[in-house]
Amino acid sequence: MTALLELSNVGMAFDTPTGRFEALKGVNLKIAAGEFVSLIGHSGCGKSTVLNIVAGLLRATDGGVILERREVTEPGPERAVVFQNHSLLPWLTAFENVELAVRQVFRKQKSKKEMRDWVAYNLELVHMAHAMDKTPQEISGGMKQRVGIARALAMQPRVLLMDEPFGALDALTRAHLQDSLMAIHAQLGTTVIMITHDVDEAVLLSDRIVMMSNGPSATIGEVLPVALPRPRDRLALADDPVYHRCRQKVLRFLYEKQNKVTALPSRPDPAPQQRRQA
Amino acid sequence: MVTMTLPDWLAPYRDLMRGKAGPAQQQAMLRQLVWPLLGIALFLLLWHWAAQNIQTSLGQFPGPATVWEQTQALYQEHRQGRQQEAAFHERQEKYIETRLAQQPDWQPVRRDYTGAPTFFDQVGTSLITVMSGFLLASALAIPLGIVVGLSAGVHAAMNPLIQIFKPVSPLAWLPLVTMVVSAVYTSSDPWLAKSFLTSMFTVTLCCLWPTLLNTAVGVTSVSSDLTNVSRVLRLNAFEHVRRIVLPSALPMMFTGLRLSLGIAWMVLIAAEMLAQNPGLGKFVWDEFQNGSSQSLGRIMVAVLVIGLIGFLLDRLMLALQRFLVWDKSAAQR
Repeated sequence: MTALLELSNVGMAFDTPTGRFEALKGVNLKIAAGEFVSLIGHSGCGKSTVLNIVAGLLRATDGGVILERREVTEPGPERAVVFQNHSLLPWLTAFENVELAVRQVFRKQKSKKEMRDWVAYNLELVHMAHAMDKTPQEISGGMKQRVGIARALAMQPRVLLMDEPFGALDALTRAHLQDSLMAIHAQLGTTVIMITHDVDEAVLLSDRIVMMSNGPSATIGEVLPVALPRPRDRLALADDPVYHRCRQKVLRFLYEKQNKVTALPSRPDPAPQQRRQA
Repeated sequence: MVTMTLPDWLAPYRDLMRGKAGPAQQQAMLRQLVWPLLGIALFLLLWHWAAQNIQTSLGQFPGPATVWEQTQALYQEHRQGRQQEAAFHERQEKYIETRLAQQPDWQPVRRDYTGAPTFFDQVGTSLITVMSGFLLASALAIPLGIVVGLSAGVHAAMNPLIQIFKPVSPLAWLPLVTMVVSAVYTSSDPWLAKSFLTSMFTVTLCCLWPTLLNTAVGVTSVSSDLTNVSRVLRLNAFEHVRRIVLPSALPMMFTGLRLSLGIAWMVLIAAEMLAQNPGLGKFVWDEFQNGSSQSLGRIMVAVLVIGLIGFLLDRLMLALQRFLVWDKSAAQR
């Protein structure tokens, strides 16, 4: 497999007042062009740190990231990020938000008209053409996230990085956006790394699910290939044995091998006194 | 997108005109018109009663009726002054005409009218001075605030200076500013009056700080998510400031500008009074020195006008803020 993106022995340590805290250790991962990879794990396991290192927003203290034979040293539009809370500029309309990215990336390659068309095309891709002139305050959370995805796609990234993109949305909106994302992935063949908390989402969307162990010194626990044919249909998958087996494996990893839930403290027993009264 | 909206207190009448009359409109009218008018009426009564019971060496303290009389008197004086000025220019032109008829090669000399400035002239002078001082302060404070907000080093360097100079009273600056202006600005045919410059610089020095501090806070509090967007897009420093930092900081900046303008107006009156520079402050001081039986009434007119202008200046800034700032919730008050 020729890897588009390679994380080799990535480690991350933070200096805290109480000493050195090792968040990540020995993360190794190769991702092929066009692949859809999910990172799943309990909160605080360093998923976001991995994504930020790939984005270049953080520098790994150990190892490194190589994208197309070049080491990642700083953020850039070829590794566009869809942020968890959309991060649209509130003073710009949906169109202008995407346009800012397009102008920055294609200033020297496209004419003004080509750039405008490209902005409109990307907004159509996420079904936001009807609300191009609305500001973020005027549209719903799901629509904001669509615009955020359009902005990232419009940069024509080599890798699209998504940090829990649908985490803050309600279940129905999330399902709509997952379907849109699958359609876009099928059409454009973009390489995607997505962080998620949602097991169903991970199985539905991914080619591989990367499961992370709990920190400190979090690392990759298991990698599960999802051998489901595409295009995938969420209704048909409800009865698919492969889908269920994958789901089972991820759940088992999260709740048996990396169980974070500790036993509840036993309740102080008020019973004796009550019994006496009765 | 620009939309014209009615002021809040007019909204119930618009609703009435559209045939919407109900408890909501009544409530709004009560809150926005009836109660404020009641408050003003009560104040006038109290003032009237209190004024009758205060005797000063310049006669009775002016009540509302005296103030109203003096307002009319000041307006009459203003009109008379204007008529005199017109008459003066007419006489001068006539004289030049007749003399030119007798002596065609004579170069006419036109002199300016030198009558005393009226109350309304003083109001005009004060408004021009306060706006000049405020604009100069903003032109200095906004860029400086951005730099202070962007760089922790500059912030650390500037902070002690800001903290020390911020609380300085205008009256302390005034003698220094006066002497420096006299020493530095020595043109024999000054384009701007020295008194104007002294007042203006004093205003600038005093109203610089709120804009500077609020701009800096606005710039430092740019959300880290938006900074990350800027990093992913690889915006250069200039574009980062223009596209991300400035729009983010604009609501805070306007809070600072409104505070600054308020301070500017207060400082100006004090500066004019102490320095005997033309303007409303000088009017008040002159009336005080004049000590006629009408003086206190005329000073009271000035007090009310100063308050009214201060209020209108703030409304002006608020309107500008609503027009310019994307975050409408920041401009509610």
